[in-house]
Amino acid sequence: MMDYIEMKIPAKPEYVGVMRLTLSGIASRMGYTYEEIEDLKIALSEAVTNAVQHAYGKDEGGEVIVGFGIYDDKLEIAVADSGKSFDFIQTKNELGPYTESSTVEQLTEGGLGLFLIETLMDEVRVLNHSGVTVFMAKYLGGERENHDTAIANHETN
Amino acid sequence: MNLTIDKQQNENEVVVKAAGEIDAFTAPKLREELALLADGKNKVITVNLKDVTYLDSTGLGVFVGLFKQLKNNGGELRLLEMSERLKRLFQITGLSHVMEIRG
Repeated sequence: MMDYIEMKIPAKPEYVGVMRLTLSGIASRMGYTYEEIEDLKIALSEAVTNAVQHAYGKDEGGEVIVGFGIYDDKLEIAVADSGKSFDFIQTKNELGPYTESSTVEQLTEGGLGLFLIETLMDEVRVLNHSGVTVFMAKYLGGERENHDTAIANHETN
Repeated sequence: MNLTIDKQQNENEVVVKAAGEIDAFTAPKLREELALLADGKNKVITVNLKDVTYLDSTGLGVFVGLFKQLKNNGGELRLLEMSERLKRLFQITGLSHVMEIRG
């Protein structure tokens, strides 16, 4: 079961910090450690900053939507710069598998930001159609290395 | 969600103390201040980051820019008193190999 929270902010740098505060609240309620919450804050900030910079200079009044998918064992975050509300599950399903080539391509555009997201989160996917959606996930309890096994075990129990 | 910047000018060196959060909103102000300081006679810029509670790639970008600017003029950038969190960011991005980070 997933709880879902969605927030829409103006595509302006002054609201990136507001998003971090929201994330802090969600992640601490879920039981992430201080270190994990700080990692999550950076990853989300990078994605929102990218979206804000993307929207900048285009039409006025752009918006960034952030969706938080809250599970027992992980937090999923989607950041979309199109300003359009999105179906979280559908967006997630549309995302292709993570490939080396798409990473390199995105890296040149996002620079250090995307590198940090990939380093600090357990899963990252980027969807590039009508706008850019960054989808990322972090597991609870430092299951970074073996979360696949952990899920498999859970299902057989 | 704010950043304060204090400067202490010595002879050929300026010590900058940043406090607060360095992100997409506050980084431009910091970048501007530091670029001005690096433009003058200051050979050495020391930035004390003890009270910086948040920093991401926008902040790292500010220090990369400043580092390059100073290097080109034969100057030096020193980063002081970073928290373990901040140090980790400089480490995973490889910047700690290039920049002078103390205590």
